[in-house]
Amino acid sequence: MSVPDFRAFQNGQVLPMGDVPELSFTTFRDAIVEATKGNLRLACLCADAKRRLIAVLADDANHTLWVGLTRLESMSYPALTPDCPQAHLFEREIAEQYGLVPEGHPWFKPVRFHQPWDGAADPWRRAGNVLPAVMKYFQVTGEEVHEVAVGPVHAGVIEPCHFRFQCHGEKVFHLEIALGFQHRGIERALLGGPHALSLKHAETAAGDSSIAHAWAYCRILEGLAGLQVPPRSERVRGVALELERMANHVGDLGAISGDVGFLPTASFCGRIRGDWLNLSAEVCGSRLGRDWLRPGGLRQDLEPALAARLAPRVARSWEETRDAVELMWGAASVAIRLEAAGAVEPLQAREIGLVGVAARACGIALDVRHDHPFGPFVDHAVAVSTAQSGNAHSRAWVRWLELAESQRFLMDALEALADQPPDGPPTKRPSLVPHSLCVSLTEGWRGEVLHLALTDAQGRFARYKIVDPSFHNWFGLALALRGGQISDFPLCNKSFNLSCCGHDL
Amino acid sequence: MPDALLTRILHLLMHLLTVVLLAPLIPGLITKVKARMAGRVGPPVFQLYYDLAKLARKQAVYSRTTTWVFLLGPVGTVAAMLAASLLVPFGHTPAPVAFEGDVILFAYLLGLSRFLTVLSALDTGSSFEGMGAAREVAFAALAEPALFLGFAALAKVSGSTSLTLMLGSLGVGSGAVTAPLILIIAGWSIVYLAENSRIPVDDPTTHLELTMIHEVMVLDHSGRPFALVLYGASLKLLVLSALLLDLMLPKAAHAWQDWARFFVGLGGLAGVVGLVESATARFQMTHVPRFLVAGILASAFAFLLLLV
Repeated sequence: MSVPDFRAFQNGQVLPMGDVPELSFTTFRDAIVEATKGNLRLACLCADAKRRLIAVLADDANHTLWVGLTRLESMSYPALTPDCPQAHLFEREIAEQYGLVPEGHPWFKPVRFHQPWDGAADPWRRAGNVLPAVMKYFQVTGEEVHEVAVGPVHAGVIEPCHFRFQCHGEKVFHLEIALGFQHRGIERALLGGPHALSLKHAETAAGDSSIAHAWAYCRILEGLAGLQVPPRSERVRGVALELERMANHVGDLGAISGDVGFLPTASFCGRIRGDWLNLSAEVCGSRLGRDWLRPGGLRQDLEPALAARLAPRVARSWEETRDAVELMWGAASVAIRLEAAGAVEPLQAREIGLVGVAARACGIALDVRHDHPFGPFVDHAVAVSTAQSGNAHSRAWVRWLELAESQRFLMDALEALADQPPDGPPTKRPSLVPHSLCVSLTEGWRGEVLHLALTDAQGRFARYKIVDPSFHNWFGLALALRGGQISDFPLCNKSFNLSCCGHDL
Repeated sequence: MPDALLTRILHLLMHLLTVVLLAPLIPGLITKVKARMAGRVGPPVFQLYYDLAKLARKQAVYSRTTTWVFLLGPVGTVAAMLAASLLVPFGHTPAPVAFEGDVILFAYLLGLSRFLTVLSALDTGSSFEGMGAAREVAFAALAEPALFLGFAALAKVSGSTSLTLMLGSLGVGSGAVTAPLILIIAGWSIVYLAENSRIPVDDPTTHLELTMIHEVMVLDHSGRPFALVLYGASLKLLVLSALLLDLMLPKAAHAWQDWARFFVGLGGLAGVVGLVESATARFQMTHVPRFLVAGILASAFAFLLLLV
């Protein structure tokens, strides 16, 4: 499918700004609405300081990305959301960052609770210091309806976020999620970059997806600087990404098991997750893979001898992982419990643009490694793991299938790495091409990580946009709870396991 | 008969010491079994004693919305459970206090402790605690019939309404009533798990306030009152364990053997609970009533078998 007037390009490709079609607002809006009614996804919609809206559409089935932009004439424009629900959070974000008001937005609320940038007028007329989660919540009224507020301080060691439930007894009518407590201003900090700290900022956009974000950032720089990364280094990056996926999926399966009160898998996975993290630490010195990647290649190479040493440890950890997780699939009580919780309708999942594990659990086969392959995944095909029911069981099952797939990749990659001489340190990075746009997608363990950069006349970042998978998926959690049991919330939450800091940036 | 009197006093002392000192050991044993099953070392079996000692030295924090009613829960639970423990025979040794109809008192003491806990939960005005209180009361309404039908069946067998005679004289293998006994044990096991907020009904170790039943009602307690809450819960576990064990343990030739069997039984029961909790997940909350109804049915069939 082609998007009229938009420009087709590939993951990681650099486009001179002159090649990005500048459309009239009506053409721009119609193209997005039509495309998302078909099989395309709105991967990113953002504004920049020149009052331009930039949209990236993903045609996953045909392995293509489409980009287009429009220049707004005033501080408001007719909202896309009524015709394209996927735009709903993007438009709120644009309003909060640049004060551009989407007229007719049905759910017009702040996202991260900060004043607009560069002194633009605040669409909500909030004065002074803005506090997170302070807003008017949707309320159901009635004698028998009660409201439950959870967070931002929680009973476990998790990130701060606020949940507001409208309940009738145990049944949830509506869940509203308020985030923004973790807003650090990462996109603003990246402006004028790349700075010395820019890689750190990218890595910590969502700390548990350090590799996915660092890789996306590196690919932006490599694209804009015209750097070629040697295939061996790309393969090592693949190992880094899949180790991250292994550790997080194992941790999640253990936590899901713990939430239904099934202790064996919970306890074993807690330990095994540590084993996977330690494998990352062994190569780069950090359990979370910090400082493993750098633009142009790697900061810490994975030497042939080390690769040969790691392979049997990966095999053993996988064996233990399998034993621990199979206990959980063997218990009927776990299956019953998981299947009853948190179903998202596949149709709705498509409409709101879910990505990653949550989307694949609804039978939507999308995976950046497969659809817009990058690095080693160009040669090493990754099967897309899907399930059909969209409930907590499906989300756990997709993780399980992906573990097997990642393990296959890791074993192949380590075997190949053991026979290849190392590449040596990356070459010095030339400066970035001016007046260009680059979009880079990677598949983190949660789902699609998108980084978009615009450069100015000096080759500095004029706009840097990060879209963490959590940004797409938080609304999916709210839908999963609709009509469900409030006692199932922790389990649903864990089965999505979304990031607050990835959303709040 | 100074000898008989001495024995009675010794048994009484034994009973009281068991209640006061042994109760916190049972949750420790369950936790240990669960940890071992999961391949962990787990906290020491005496952890609850340490926790109680620690909490006893701590000050409590009270929310401004609470009143004196808030304290009724912990104090009332411990008082009611101590009183109830005097009515239940341990093993086959007669209970310290026994009279016709004490089973009614026992049932109402259980009810009283629940009532006070619910009141103190509602007193906080927290939406979590209100939710927990609603769940507790709803599920108790289904757990109590199973307990009462079991009592009715036992009253029919023993021709008495005193717990000492109803429980103390029976035991598996004591003749014609084995089938109803097994049914009562089955029904009461469900009550036992539900009343002590164990998996698969509730999860005593969860930190997720939205899924809790019993634990969420005591979230606002701290310091000494919280120590009472924990101690009261362990007393309840002991008392209800004794109910089950009295039905399961065969009567021994000598009274001291009965004591020995009782203690071994307590350990065994803790082990079984630990194993159940290691092998199953929690029910979804909407499934809990079905489980409790199974308990009612088991006790009801026991009663029916004895009627015909």
